[in-house]
Amino acid sequence: MAKRIDLRHVTLRYITDSREVLAVDDVSFTVAESEFLCLLGPSGCGKTTIMNMIAGFLAPTKGDVLIGGADLDGTKHDRGVVFQDFSQLFPWRTARRNVEFGLEMRNVPAAERKRTALEFLRLVGLADFADVYPHQLSGGMQQRVAIARAIAYSPGVLLMDEPFAALDAMTRDEMQRLVNDVWQETKKTVVYVTHNVAEAVYLGDRVVVLDAHPGRVKAEIALDLPRPRDPLSAPFVDAQRRILSQLGMH
Amino acid sequence: MAIAWQAAVWSGTFPAKLFPSLATVADTFVRLTLNGTMLVAAAATLFRLLFGFLLAAVAGIVIGLLMGRVQWIEDALLPIVSFMYPIPGIAYAPLFVLWFGLGDVPAILLVAAATSFTVIINTWKGVKSVKAVWIRSAQAMGASERAIFAKVVLPGALPYVLTGLRLGLASAWRILVAVEMLMSVTRGLGWLIFGSQQFLNTDVMLATIAVIGIVGMLLERQVFVRLERATVVRWGMMSS
Repeated sequence: MAKRIDLRHVTLRYITDSREVLAVDDVSFTVAESEFLCLLGPSGCGKTTIMNMIAGFLAPTKGDVLIGGADLDGTKHDRGVVFQDFSQLFPWRTARRNVEFGLEMRNVPAAERKRTALEFLRLVGLADFADVYPHQLSGGMQQRVAIARAIAYSPGVLLMDEPFAALDAMTRDEMQRLVNDVWQETKKTVVYVTHNVAEAVYLGDRVVVLDAHPGRVKAEIALDLPRPRDPLSAPFVDAQRRILSQLGMH
Repeated sequence: MAIAWQAAVWSGTFPAKLFPSLATVADTFVRLTLNGTMLVAAAATLFRLLFGFLLAAVAGIVIGLLMGRVQWIEDALLPIVSFMYPIPGIAYAPLFVLWFGLGDVPAILLVAAATSFTVIINTWKGVKSVKAVWIRSAQAMGASERAIFAKVVLPGALPYVLTGLRLGLASAWRILVAVEMLMSVTRGLGWLIFGSQQFLNTDVMLATIAVIGIVGMLLERQVFVRLERATVVRWGMMSS
């Protein structure tokens, strides 16, 4: 069910004001089935651009993106996406009907849709809020619904673009624990974009560190700390130190 | 306002025939309502209003949606719509009389024509206001273009569409009363006011104006406020 992701020599150029910008330069990496990969880098390193190419929203100028070994087919391929923006939920649908959307697109019968949606809302701890509209939920709860919505139709890969960057620190910690639990439960292949080193170390099996202007891979760091990880433990701090030194910040 | 009015009447500055007391106006209102004149006039006007408004709503929403979703239609129509939108609908009235004659048909068409631009502009803006992140979320979940249109663009544009319809109905209401004075219709609220002028029936005129105000307010309260509460307000897309 989980699918691997291959990026082969992916390059993206675009033109603004008659100036050509090289946003992503020859990026190659692989995400194994059920692996949790964090894409880490400063702003302007093209991490969101890379995610948008994996999601199929942007086509690379050069190179290939493969999901499950096959070329991705425009907007039809098999992935779930969680954005940073809280307003990604459809305001005219309740939490449950938001989660049902992907199932609706796959013509799943209504009763089964409802059951599955409730199951995934339970997974993110929001079973009691199924019939509530998004504007009645806090930012953190909205992001939890967005996660449930992105995995409810069982996509092979889950892509998350700084989903908690706009949350307060305490809620963010709670959300990271939740993502860790959900991932251990569902074993999706995850690409998680972040600029937060501690977040990458808490969540990733592997961290791909990116360089900015143009975006290219600077280092890949494997993390084999046991989960759930303790952010105060010596190996955790050591891993952070290694990544910070790669970023040239330590 | 009622007190100021009544004070002006009692001061006797103006002849009672031109400045009737509130009691007289109320009497006239009751008399016209009981003998059916007011109901017939209001029904005739509402009939024209609803027909004209429905035409404008359907045409306006369809054109506005097309403009919002199809680039070449937007390019072709936006200059025309932007040009026509600010022209007061009543300016076309003499032209419509020449084209369609007198009576209900030109009145309805004129109401529709004048109202549709408000609906078009607002629907178009509504489609443009649909958030990119909603479209992308739907695409990520495997929605077809058609599903995106029906399940994301339409509900996403609804706050603007409702605003357009609301403004459209208000402008239809305003223009219709004027149209009835110009187009020699045989009954209607505008006609009642216009016809009363010759006989100095200011009490009838004022009673009719009050009815126009009341009907307009009822349409607003009973139709649009309810509609918004059931949809966009409930969804947090618009505050009540």
